[in-house]
Amino acid sequence: MKIAVCIKQVPTREWQPRLNDQKTWVREQDASYEMNEPDAYALEESLRLREQHGGEVVVCSAGPARVQQVIREALARGADRALHVEDDALGAADAFTAAAALEPAMREEQFDLILTGLQSDDQGHAQFGPVLAEKLGVPHSTIIMEVQIDEAAGSLKVKRELEGGWFQYVTMPSPALLTIQSGINQLRYATLKGIMAAKKKEIRKVAPPAGLASRLTVTALYVPQKAKQTVMIGGSPAEAAAELVRRLREEARVL
Amino acid sequence: MILVIAEQRNDKLNRASWEAVVAAQQLAGEGIPVKVAVLGQGVSTAASELAQAEVAEVITVEHEALASYTSDAFVQAAAGLVTATAPAHVVFAHTYQTRDFAPALAARLDRALVTDVIGLKVAEGRPLFARPMFQGKLLADVALGGPAPHLVTVQIGAFRADTVQKGPAPAPVTSATATIDPGTVRQTPEAPFQEAKQAVDLSQAERIVAVGRGIKTQENIAVAQQLADAFGAELAASRPICDNGWLPMERQIGSSGQTVAPKLYVAVGISGAIQHLVGMKGSRTIVAINKDADAPIFEVADYGIAGDLFDVAPALIAELKK
Ligand SMILES: Cc1cc2nc3c(=O)[nH]c(=O)nc-3n(C[C@H](O)[C@H](O)[C@H](O)COP(=O)(O)OP(=O)(O)OC[C@H]3O[C@@H](n4cnc5c(N)ncnc54)[C@H](O)[C@@H]3O)c2cc1C
Ligand SMILES: Nc1ncnc2c1ncn2[C@@H]1O[C@H](COP(=O)(O)O)[C@@H](O)[C@H]1O
Repeated sequence: MKIAVCIKQVPTREWQPRLNDQKTWVREQDASYEMNEPDAYALEESLRLREQHGGEVVVCSAGPARVQQVIREALARGADRALHVEDDALGAADAFTAAAALEPAMREEQFDLILTGLQSDDQGHAQFGPVLAEKLGVPHSTIIMEVQIDEAAGSLKVKRELEGGWFQYVTMPSPALLTIQSGINQLRYATLKGIMAAKKKEIRKVAPPAGLASRLTVTALYVPQKAKQTVMIGGSPAEAAAELVRRLREEARVL
Repeated sequence: MILVIAEQRNDKLNRASWEAVVAAQQLAGEGIPVKVAVLGQGVSTAASELAQAEVAEVITVEHEALASYTSDAFVQAAAGLVTATAPAHVVFAHTYQTRDFAPALAARLDRALVTDVIGLKVAEGRPLFARPMFQGKLLADVALGGPAPHLVTVQIGAFRADTVQKGPAPAPVTSATATIDPGTVRQTPEAPFQEAKQAVDLSQAERIVAVGRGIKTQENIAVAQQLADAFGAELAASRPICDNGWLPMERQIGSSGQTVAPKLYVAVGISGAIQHLVGMKGSRTIVAINKDADAPIFEVADYGIAGDLFDVAPALIAELKK
């Protein structure tokens, strides 16, 4: 099995985004970065599938040089090698553009299975996977919580999450693309041995195809306005606690 | 013309479809017609329900390959319809089904798609679509480029279904033929199911204390449990807590967990992602405790304490015991 796992580097969740001078994007230079959370689950799933079926796991990422941080991390966790479509302009790329950037190099590799996260923590388009599948001409399924591979039949059976606690099994031929939901497995972290081994693993750098242009233009970025008039309670923890309990008893009458 | 693609299952309309109609009516303004399409097999009830809206036409697209949802069949049917009707925009509700096929449809048509839209405005004659970025910490106004149609999905709950403009008389319902080659539908779906019956029914709880990733470690869940006990509340959680196995899945609140509306909902160390909010924003009184005063959870909270939960929770427990 030749498995691709698409990994995006995103600002850490703790980061308080600050706007650039034009107020059209964040000040990327201020951010610290991490692996997009669902992608970590997709990586773990690819490693488990490799343990069961053999083969290799190839990390695929599009972005500027900084994304090597998450590529190295994925290699340290056990991926075999990496494909990095590198360009400074890809730092703020939307999902459609990122998929277009990765498509030619990924097509060449002829993967049996491609895993992505279901959504990115920064831009959150929830588009990249189905778009890439369509470009590559392979079937896809999204929000996956279980993957079973039948190598003899050349097919896979996956469990899709539906809304409100419902699920559904779907079968499709491989090669295929799946978008992975957080919680599909329990993550394992890199070991020192893994980190050392990662240093020797190959990262193939590829330039993006010519003529990439985003059709989504952010004209303004801003802090959302509050929908509700929230009573913010200040003071020391003890004072805040006393005031909250008083209001819940006397004002809201819920205690 | 603006085309809405509504969603149904077993001829029962997904209520979020009304929200997509509302967004389309807003986007259309005066003079531009809105049409609604329903894809499936046997969709007449859903279609006649949609015909109540002030729209030019309801179009049913029926085919046996659409009887149960697959991305391949829906992309083919929708691509055919969009090509035949040439709308300026195609609007969907951002449901799990839409997430599954709308991006593939956009790629097949090679058109722009903006997802999870929560508001519309017009600037210099072109529509701008507001959507969350960075976990809802920021909103972006997005303009769409390239040839029409532009595809738009709207966040669940962002446009109010009860503001839909109803027509003086039902809109005409017409049918369009779907061109689907069943041999090219690669996914074979099975019937949807629910996991084993849930042991805890949080929808009946009067008070809920919900804990999020701010709790940091599994051991600290005990702090949240003590707080819940002090409130006389059930303990619930955001998704990452259940993903980590720190609390069972059946205690998860949100779009992929339970939907609750207790008298009191106390969110502790939860950021307030939309997928969490949809499961609890109907609660009567919402309290948020978060060390980040700008966390989106405060947007829906009645009472907020911007502070460290490891200071606030013990103080609250002590106060409630008084
Ligand atoms: C298709 C889909 C379905 C989903 N379904 C659900 C669902 O059903 N339910 C759900 O909850 N999520 C769901 N999610 C995930 C959702 O998008 C968010 O990732 C998740 O809700 C975040 O959980 P959190 O708020 O606990 O964590 P985070 O977003 O990491 O927030 C942690 C918060 O804790 C605060 N904090 C940290 N330390 C402290 C401290 N010491 N004191 C006080 N505050 C502190 C931080 O300021 C932060 O706001 C879904 C996502 C997708 C894409
Ligand atoms: N630049 C990128 N490089 C690699 N994978 C990406 C990139 N952008 C998005 N992805 C993948 O696509 C998924 C969904 O992203 P999005 O469509 O932006 O919500 C992510 O979880 C990643 O797996």
